Amino acid sequence: MELPNKEFLAPGHRGCAGCGATIGVRLALKVLGENTVAISATGCVEVITTPYPETSWEIPWMHVAFENASAVASGVEAALKAQGKTDTNVVVFGGDGGTADIGLQSLSGAMEREHNLIYICYDNEAYMNTGIQRSGATPYGASTTTSPHGKESFGENKPKKNMPMIMAAHGVPYVATASISYPEDLMKKVKKAAEIEGPAYIHLQQPCTTGWGYNPAQTIELGRLAVETGSWILYEIEEGEFKVTYKPIQRRMVKEYLDAQKRFKHLTDIEKEKIQSHVDAICTELKI
Amino acid sequence: MVTKVMSANQAIAEAVKLANPEVIPVYPITPQTTISEYLAKYVADGDLDSEYIMVESEHSAISASLGASGTGVRVFTATSSQGLALMHEISFAAAGLRLPVVMADANRALSAPLSIWNDQQDSISERDAGWIQIYAEDGQEALDSILMAYRISEDKNVLLPSMVCIDGFILTHTVDPVNIPAKEDVNKFLPKYKPDHAYLDTKKPMSIGTFTDPSYYMDARYDMELAMERSQEIIAKAHTEFSEIFGRDYDFVEKYRSEDADVIIVAMGSICSTIKDVVDELRDAGEKVGLVRVRVFRPFPKTQIYEALKGASKIGVIDKNVCFSIGGVLATEIRSNTGLDVSGFIVGLGGRDIKPSDIKEIMEKTKNPTKQTQWIGLKKEEH
Ligand SMILES: Cc1ncc(C[n+]2csc(CCOP(=O)(O)OP(=O)(O)O)c2C)c(N)n1
Ligand code: SF4
Ligand SMILES: [Mg+2]
Repeated sequence: MELPNKEFLAPGHRGCAGCGATIGVRLALKVLGENTVAISATGCVEVITTPYPETSWEIPWMHVAFENASAVASGVEAALKAQGKTDTNVVVFGGDGGTADIGLQSLSGAMEREHNLIYICYDNEAYMNTGIQRSGATPYGASTTTSPHGKESFGENKPKKNMPMIMAAHGVPYVATASISYPEDLMKKVKKAAEIEGPAYIHLQQPCTTGWGYNPAQTIELGRLAVETGSWILYEIEEGEFKVTYKPIQRRMVKEYLDAQKRFKHLTDIEKEKIQSHVDAICTELKI
Repeated sequence: MVTKVMSANQAIAEAVKLANPEVIPVYPITPQTTISEYLAKYVADGDLDSEYIMVESEHSAISASLGASGTGVRVFTATSSQGLALMHEISFAAAGLRLPVVMADANRALSAPLSIWNDQQDSISERDAGWIQIYAEDGQEALDSILMAYRISEDKNVLLPSMVCIDGFILTHTVDPVNIPAKEDVNKFLPKYKPDHAYLDTKKPMSIGTFTDPSYYMDARYDMELAMERSQEIIAKAHTEFSEIFGRDYDFVEKYRSEDADVIIVAMGSICSTIKDVVDELRDAGEKVGLVRVRVFRPFPKTQIYEALKGASKIGVIDKNVCFSIGGVLATEIRSNTGLDVSGFIVGLGGRDIKPSDIKEIMEKTKNPTKQTQWIGLKKEEH
């Protein structure tokens, strides 16, 4: 797949060195092009890209609050329609907290009303902008500041909320998972999401150097490890058809992925094995 | 009893540990977040035996608080700015249902433009919801006020929720020595919450949150007004007993070198520490200036404020909030409740720094008033 040279997310934003979120936004915008309006929920991406009086956005962009990005986007899409601008893409970037937790209601409404939007959840698996608190998308075992490990706790004790399947259950015509470490797969999915009639949802995993605790040079590697170990699965659901879009040739051990990150450092071998067998069960079912 | 150096957020978390609420529903937002984080850690380490609910929004944090309080247990929640605004609907419900929830608000500006920095617009905008509101000046007062808030809110003659407000970053993220009371003393001051007006119990079914037609609603609201008025007495009693047990004195308003002052500045929260320094400096230079700090904002202590101000010839009121086309809320309320002539000053919105020189400018402008409300610290001249 050809990578357009034109950039729509300018450098100089205030993201951490090695931030995976901006890589995802940048790649998505390359596919969507200049005839696109972007909406952000409050979160890292919104804060780091718009330190007034500067902005990284080379396309029209709007932020209102944390819980309502999909509702704001609904209004934008309707207003574009009212102006006859039906060829303009409307893309929403919401963090996992802004998507799976506080923004779930407005997302559900927008999807059910079939607004023609592309919703991209950039998932770093916690509330990073406020300093690493758990979200509904925080994986089992991860230590965050509100699911800390301690004498009476091993960290997050609930499995990750399955957002893509919740979206699929809404009948959203195009639902996909993606990773910033597989740019071609991601960009193909964004293209499909833009081309499809009606709403689309992409759940984009994005390693976060600060929140996960690893060397900033290893962001892409971490994203790969997630997929190569089966901890994160790349698939799409097109008009109800489920398809895995990437299969690791030889699945690696989940422990490799866990051990590379500070947020899992406290886990005992027994817990790590538990996570491995959970991953095994899903991968076996999906023939990965 | 120990003294430790800590932020006001940690002081509040310590107070919550001492008050030991059964349920703590919280949601992160800067600059409140560290309160939630300390509490999570206490629970994870087994130092606090509370049900900690990491909810999915502030609307749910306050809603879960009402559910828990309505089930008859003590609860705590904390928020800030956008979070408090998102709670707005339920904050009226909390007071109307007469549920003695205690909440900490880390004062922060409201969007837009988006800002994480301090002013008091968030809690001031909740002033009509029916909550007791206390504005602390430092970490010690934040801790003490949480303990007193439970005592006041849970009193059968009050049964209104309380909000303890602390200035974001200025208090939430700076450290001071804070005295942590002994648990036995706290237990003496704060008996277990045992409601007999609202609790969900299968042995004695009751309906909470009913639908009322016009023949009931207004009287329910009038009862809240009476409770708010009665709370004055309960607050005074809490201050006295707190002083007896813990040796620290609090009042509705704090009078700082204001007894014989010609010029008095009125303000709330951490800015009062800066004003006190300026008052000392000007007193040394022979000027008769003083400060009146409003600590309890709801119920509004009209009489105490009037008594504290009536001797001054010039009064300046500082607000970190604005009611557009009216002025600052504290100034407006003092004007209309005391009949005194006061100059209003809007300062520090969205974290704009307030320096001693700004306070001196305010003192000068108070002495020579030109208009009812002036904005201090703007980049461009006010016009
Ligand atoms: C109503 C409301 N509550 C809380 C906040 C504070 N807040 C801002 S961003 C954020 C977390 C965002 O997490 P996520 O959506 O996962 O995005 P990330 O920061 O990880 O990119 C929180 C809690 C807010 N701005 N508004
Ligand atoms: S905290 Fe994580 S997501 Fe946020 S800017 Fe830093 S690396 Fe990116
Ligand atoms: Mg996140």
